[in-house]
Amino acid sequence: MTALYFVTLAILVAAAFLIGRHRAQSLIAGGAPSLHSLPSYHGMLPMAAVLVAMLLTFVIGSNIVARYAQSSSLAMLGAETVADPLKRSAGFRDIQNIAIGKHSGDVPMLLKEAAEQFASASTFGNWMVYGLGTLLGLFAMGYFISRISPVYRARNIFETFILVVMGICATVAILTTIGIVFSVLFETYRFFFDPSLKGRPTVSQFLFGTEWNPQAALRADQGDIKTAFGFVPLLTGTLLITAIAMIVAGPLGLFSAIYLAEYATPRFRAWVKPILEVLAGIPTVVLGFFAALTVAPLIRGWGEAYGLSVASESALAAGLVMGMMIIPFISSLSDDVINSVPQSLRDGAYALGATKSETIKNVILPAALPGIVSAFMLAISRAIGETMIVVMAAGLAANLTANPLEAVTTITVQIKTILVGDQEFDSAKTLAAFALGFVLFVVTLILNIIALQVVRRYREQYD
Amino acid sequence: MDMSQQTLTPEKAVTQQVPTSAKVVARDVNVYYGEKHALKDVSINIPDKSVTAFIGPSGCGKSTFLRCINRMNDTIPSCRVKGTITIDAQDIYDPALDVVQLRARVGMVFQKPNPFPKSIYENVAYGPRIHGMSRSKADLDQIVESSLRKASLWEEVKNRLQESGTALSGGQQQRLCIARAIAVSPDIILMDEPCSALDPIATAKIEELIDELSQNFCIIIVTHSMQQAARVSKRTAFFHLGLLLEEGETNEMFTNPTNEKTQAYITGRFG
Repeated sequence: MTALYFVTLAILVAAAFLIGRHRAQSLIAGGAPSLHSLPSYHGMLPMAAVLVAMLLTFVIGSNIVARYAQSSSLAMLGAETVADPLKRSAGFRDIQNIAIGKHSGDVPMLLKEAAEQFASASTFGNWMVYGLGTLLGLFAMGYFISRISPVYRARNIFETFILVVMGICATVAILTTIGIVFSVLFETYRFFFDPSLKGRPTVSQFLFGTEWNPQAALRADQGDIKTAFGFVPLLTGTLLITAIAMIVAGPLGLFSAIYLAEYATPRFRAWVKPILEVLAGIPTVVLGFFAALTVAPLIRGWGEAYGLSVASESALAAGLVMGMMIIPFISSLSDDVINSVPQSLRDGAYALGATKSETIKNVILPAALPGIVSAFMLAISRAIGETMIVVMAAGLAANLTANPLEAVTTITVQIKTILVGDQEFDSAKTLAAFALGFVLFVVTLILNIIALQVVRRYREQYD
Repeated sequence: MDMSQQTLTPEKAVTQQVPTSAKVVARDVNVYYGEKHALKDVSINIPDKSVTAFIGPSGCGKSTFLRCINRMNDTIPSCRVKGTITIDAQDIYDPALDVVQLRARVGMVFQKPNPFPKSIYENVAYGPRIHGMSRSKADLDQIVESSLRKASLWEEVKNRLQESGTALSGGQQQRLCIARAIAVSPDIILMDEPCSALDPIATAKIEELIDELSQNFCIIIVTHSMQQAARVSKRTAFFHLGLLLEEGETNEMFTNPTNEKTQAYITGRFG
């Protein structure tokens, strides 16, 4: 049914374009005064009209049909079933399975009748949608084709249509973001303020607590709620690992970008840049076990040789590998930015007798600063959001420490730990994940705002 | 760049009786971009403290030759230069010569104004800074002011030295670039079509400035405008297809060219 609908849609769309364009072309051939719009616009306008009419009919129509089929079939099972949500969904599952012939065993008469009602209602409804869609499509096509004339402003109308489509796309993207923020915000609110939730912390216990032990909140009589949801060790763990990663990736990435953009021969650059970018394509799971199985034991071995006590899962191992992961972000983006600094600025500096390094230091890097800062910000965001490497290499122990040789844990890792497996969504422990997510979001936002200010303060704008 | 490719040794160049008044002397300069032979056997004497114009149709090699004089062609990997160019009888393609010092002596102004995206002050102070020409902040202020004065820009910008150089108008930007070049006290200023991106009023200002500067500097200007060459230059050199076809006093050349191609070009019959 759906397939037939879309085949018809495709045929009508093609027909609308061809007929519309042909009509406009024959106007020219018939010696009409010059057309306002090109023939292809006269084709594209009916095409767009058919597309919109038929897609809207399908989306709205099939929704109505599905609801109608569901309610009419459920009604046959009696008022009691309809009223109880659990029974209702179970009954409807049965009806659907019988209707597509997947139900095994004996089928009660009542259910069978309901399934027949469901099937016939669906079929009838779908044919209605098909008929209506085709009719509307033909009508839309006919309307716009009949209006084709030399003075008809098909181009302007079509361009307005494209403008609206793009506006809708942008709106969808923004609304999605807002939706995510609000759903996280709502659950976070529940975590802190829902009176029916047992074992919830206060905001200050969460933000300033120095112990993280969410298992304690499983039952009210277990552990101490006051110390269950202390967020501080997670934040310090996250910042510690991110800092190590940036210490590794910042200089390596930036210097390799400068080398690639300013010193390397074009041939060398053409070879090396794709190889560096491959590094960004390695799945973080692979990097994670590289960190856990290769780097962490290595660090432990070195540490012991110098008489240091190193945890087998350390922040250092996770940070180092995470640094490797984000090198390509910094190097590749910075390289692009440095390359886009106009050659005329380099020429100007060289002509004053500046050496290559003076030119790079005083002219090129300041001009490229905004782009370089955004490359760093992207890298930091990646590092803060990274989960897999930390799970494998840095562990789950929420230690409040600045020692990179100890095991730490991060916000994302705890979110993952809390939500893995079967969870009920009305316990404080589960809702803590939303609170963590929200705080993570705020932290990243603050970092972004700081970076934006830095850029605005120091940018040297060229044009 | 491979210096062994020079066809003339310095001793040989000396035997060619360099006139003492010439600031820049070129002998048999050939330039190749990869396989392309862009400049063929160019020999010319350029006098000090006057304006010399290079004219000719697009692609004739005039800008290429100009960029040989401060070795800006070094930055183009495929470019090779053969022959000798001397400034004050010193071979500028001598391997022992530091290109950084050469470029401090030979300033350059480009076709499109290219101020650094820094403040007006920093734009002018940049050159003196990298060459360590000032001992104190007051010294530097002094250099910046006098350079901007020489470029007739001081009165317009003295109250906003901390504003970005890119915020100036096109003509002001170009004068800022001239001030930037002057600030390192060069002997020679190369100008590659300095007015082609400017309106007639800004052009007139730059031309006036060039005239003033020629009392102290050796100025070499590449231009597409015959009128500009006639207005500002004392001597003119006409390039065509990589060859230097004719060179002499501007008055002479514009009234009585010896080469028929020159005549055709300056009267607008081709180009």
